Amino acid sequence: MDVHVRFHGALAQRADGPNRIEVALDDHATLPDLLDVVAERLPRVERSIRDETGTVRPHVHLFVDGEPARDPAALARPLHPGAQVLVLPAVSGG
Amino acid sequence: MGDTLLMIGTRKGLWLARSDGDRTGWEVDGPHFPGEEITATAIDTRRSSPRLLMGGFGWHWGPFLVRSDDLGRSWNDPEQRSVVFPEDTGEALHTVWQIVPDHDGRDGVVWAGSEPSALWCSEDHGESFELVRGLWDNPDRPHWEPGGGGKALHTILPHPTDDHRMNVAMSTGGVYRTQDGGETWAPSNHGITVDYMPEPPPPYGYCVHRVARDAGDPTHLMMQHHGGVYRSDDDGASWTPVDEQLPADFGFPVVAHPHRSGTAYVFPVTHVSRTPPQGRCAVYRTDDAGASWQECAEGLPDEPYHAGVLRDAMCTDDHDTAGVYVGTRDGHVFASPDEGEHWTTVARHLPDVLSVRAAAIS
Repeated sequence: MDVHVRFHGALAQRADGPNRIEVALDDHATLPDLLDVVAERLPRVERSIRDETGTVRPHVHLFVDGEPARDPAALARPLHPGAQVLVLPAVSGG
Repeated sequence: MGDTLLMIGTRKGLWLARSDGDRTGWEVDGPHFPGEEITATAIDTRRSSPRLLMGGFGWHWGPFLVRSDDLGRSWNDPEQRSVVFPEDTGEALHTVWQIVPDHDGRDGVVWAGSEPSALWCSEDHGESFELVRGLWDNPDRPHWEPGGGGKALHTILPHPTDDHRMNVAMSTGGVYRTQDGGETWAPSNHGITVDYMPEPPPPYGYCVHRVARDAGDPTHLMMQHHGGVYRSDDDGASWTPVDEQLPADFGFPVVAHPHRSGTAYVFPVTHVSRTPPQGRCAVYRTDDAGASWQECAEGLPDEPYHAGVLRDAMCTDDHDTAGVYVGTRDGHVFASPDEGEHWTTVARHLPDVLSVRAAAIS
């Protein structure tokens, strides 16, 4: 299946990567599976989203089809063909 | 005398300052990496073209360690993580707190200290680092606690002639040293007195803020502790207080003169507020390994001054007549072209200064 991934402009700029990519995944693949593919294709982007333990960074938000998706249950949920994945910076800083 | 480059790492980006020979006038350029916390800076002058190294982190996108081979005009952010905890540790890098090129005889070797507390070694000029397992596996490590700034290894002192010996320091944990090339490490805090641990204190748990190695005798060290300035004449095996003449025994940085034995600099602040005693902005210099201290404040602000200096925000350069540099928590950067006798202002109103490094460049 193919899923569509959009990275916030600040992430794309920081990681010197694209704003959008299409990713082909096996059926029942999850967000971590998707990020594993991103790690191979765009390692700077992936390491900006997750640390080396695979944990999503605390101030990064993930959405699937507009729904928040960084909690454990959402991360374990299989994606569906045509899913729209969005990676955004959280509202934080000072 | 060539130009001087000064790296200024702040809580909101990096600035680069450059001066011609007299080091009284400065051109300041920045911010580079705006918004990122620049926690470590280094200038590796062992190369024909100096390499700038910089570590830090962003609130959103995590830590980074980048390098520049054109004096900061462009930066190389490697595709793969250059400092990455091995999977079996279960840890993740928060940020790099220290980057130290080794001595001239160890071309290519660069050390890094991180939060969480760990020592890293690069043998390719800082392009990739490997965890120093000997220190990571030290049985004391579970007892190291975070200081106010985090649980970080912030001081790395390679020995200039004996590659088997090295001292590191962390908050908290204290000084550890190896005499077998990093295979084993022992706490090295004997003689430090603290009021925050029961008697007798354990061999670890010391909130060492910074240690500097003497330029002339590598067995002589100076330490700024959480409370107390100490010297060691035996490579850190034991410590003796040398702060009687200082206006406060608290502080964060201590920096050794790059060439002259016995000379070092501190910036005292009070225990309570971590600001200069009596609101007087002043560097203190010793020329006799702490037996006496002289205030060095000519050219520093006269008005009441209430900003401190963090542990990595003081440095010297490598000119024959050493320059001394101080970055403050209210974003001032001061430079002395004559070893602390006189000071000029390099920059005002920058963000909180976290790290400064300076070197002569051609």
